[in-house]
Amino acid sequence: MSPLPPELSTELHRLVTAVDNPREAAVDVMYALQHHYGYLCDEAMHRAAEVLGMTTLELESLATFYDYLYRRPVGRYVIHVCDSVVCWMFHQDSIFDYLCRTLGVPPGGTTEDGLFTVLPAACVGNCHNAPTMLINGRFYDRLTPEAVDAVIAELRAGTEEPVRCK
Amino acid sequence: MQVDIPQVLFKNRHLGRPATIDEYMAGGGYEALRATIGQRTPAEVLQLVLDADLRGRGGAGFPAGRKWQGIPADHVGTRYVVINTDEMEPGTFKDRVLVNVDPHLVIEGIILCAYAVGACEGVFFIRPSYEGDAKLIEQETQVARERGYLGKNILGTEFCFDVHVHRSAGRYICGEASAQIKAISGLRPNPRKGGPRTSVRGLWDCPTIVNNLETLANLPGIVRNGPAWFKSLARSESGSGTKLYSVSGMVARPGCYELPIGVTIRDIIFTHAGGMPPGKTFKTVIPGGASTPYLPETLLDLEMDFDPMKKAGQRFGTASLMVFDKDTCLVGATLSLMEFFARESCGWCTPCREGIPYVRELLRRIEGGEGTEEHIGMLQEMLPVLDLAYCAFAPGAAEPLRGLLTHFMDEVRAHITEKRCPFGNPPPHVRGKACGTRPPQFGPTPCPEDQCPI
Repeated sequence: MSPLPPELSTELHRLVTAVDNPREAAVDVMYALQHHYGYLCDEAMHRAAEVLGMTTLELESLATFYDYLYRRPVGRYVIHVCDSVVCWMFHQDSIFDYLCRTLGVPPGGTTEDGLFTVLPAACVGNCHNAPTMLINGRFYDRLTPEAVDAVIAELRAGTEEPVRCK
Repeated sequence: MQVDIPQVLFKNRHLGRPATIDEYMAGGGYEALRATIGQRTPAEVLQLVLDADLRGRGGAGFPAGRKWQGIPADHVGTRYVVINTDEMEPGTFKDRVLVNVDPHLVIEGIILCAYAVGACEGVFFIRPSYEGDAKLIEQETQVARERGYLGKNILGTEFCFDVHVHRSAGRYICGEASAQIKAISGLRPNPRKGGPRTSVRGLWDCPTIVNNLETLANLPGIVRNGPAWFKSLARSESGSGTKLYSVSGMVARPGCYELPIGVTIRDIIFTHAGGMPPGKTFKTVIPGGASTPYLPETLLDLEMDFDPMKKAGQRFGTASLMVFDKDTCLVGATLSLMEFFARESCGWCTPCREGIPYVRELLRRIEGGEGTEEHIGMLQEMLPVLDLAYCAFAPGAAEPLRGLLTHFMDEVRAHITEKRCPFGNPPPHVRGKACGTRPPQFGPTPCPEDQCPI
């Protein structure tokens, strides 16, 4: 394993010491490592285990459980498309399918340029603006195919550093 | 919005941005805290909350004061308060709105609760899609700390309490109290079956009070103005206080509204949320979030309150109204809900892990035009099975199904006799979370290329 950058090591240390019991920082540590590696690769899992003093098995049970921890490679932007009942009512299916068609990926797939991953998400808590999706911690409201095109174009053009975990 | 409706939690909503501590204090903020810490005993605060009959706003409606009484009186040592802002119930977004209106109202409520139960540490549990709110709370708790409302020796007394934000990585089940405690402890958040209540043994085996954020936000008002005032806010006999109603779906003005408890469902939808959008006709509403049954049109004049709703076979839940119009297929809607529940189940107990996907499969067949009369009986048989689960998740998932079978059987039958969806929906295609339909395996699992191209 190549050594972690010193800022990340410091940050991990800070996360673990900020709480009384290091276990509480498990998710935060995995978020930080995910941000560094792009996803939770095996190396990231071993790093997390080291820092937290937990076993990789314990961490595996968390990493594979949560929606916003990615145990497999994902794109630069992970698109969480809400598919709960309120968004469904507004023909969310067609928005989801439109996204997959536009990007040329099946559900859960990543575009070849490594920019986008499309995932269905449980309710993201933005029901009054249905149908909705969440990218990089930002809500996109009342989606239409045109709006989706605009968002994709904007993200392609942008150089914003993605906040993968949020 | 009408002006005559008292806005207690949303007093500062007109600002259109989170109120600062000074704006909050200008409206009487932190007065309750000043009048309490060092002035009243914790038992007096508890009595106020008991008299006010403050019931949990997170879904179950358990009286907050009685929950606090669950802490063993002879317990010496640490006690915790966990502020539940997981809020992943489909249709619910009130907590996000509330935090963004008045973060200090929430913080004052948390401190009052901690004082009443003698907690020294609070954990603000928040879901990942509310990252902005998590940052806001971190920033505003720092402001409160600088003013001496949080930290050591609050207002110069012996009382010490601080709160920190715990970010979840997002799963619906984390909203369940015992699962939430496991999540904070870095364990896989499966709810605990039986055993002592979290108020007896919770976080790190210490007594822990897990309250919904909106419940706690009611405390400053109760402490400042008294239980009688709080009760007078409600319109129904048995109710008390106001409630944040999240209205979504087919309405003209979806949004979050603060209205009294006991207001009728008709009033919420047709007066406050502007009624149906042009060209749409009302069919039904799910009144309390995904874990509550469909409410037929005949019950529209029901009061939104815990007890009257229960009496009518409905559930108050989180008071998140999802409105459906006549053009929406309820078999499809129930299927969408079951997709949600099947995916979000933690898989720890059999009725939930096996039962919900079974119901989903039956609904898929019916929606796809392949249903038979026999399937209805099979669905009905599943209702009591789902109730056998360890926690309230599967019984909650059973509610919309129960509503469908009780009030909208005609619609289910129409699917079976016409051998297609009468609303013209295409047959549902199987689409889960990537690779979610296959049995979970240990470690990173490369998927067969035809199924998962990641």
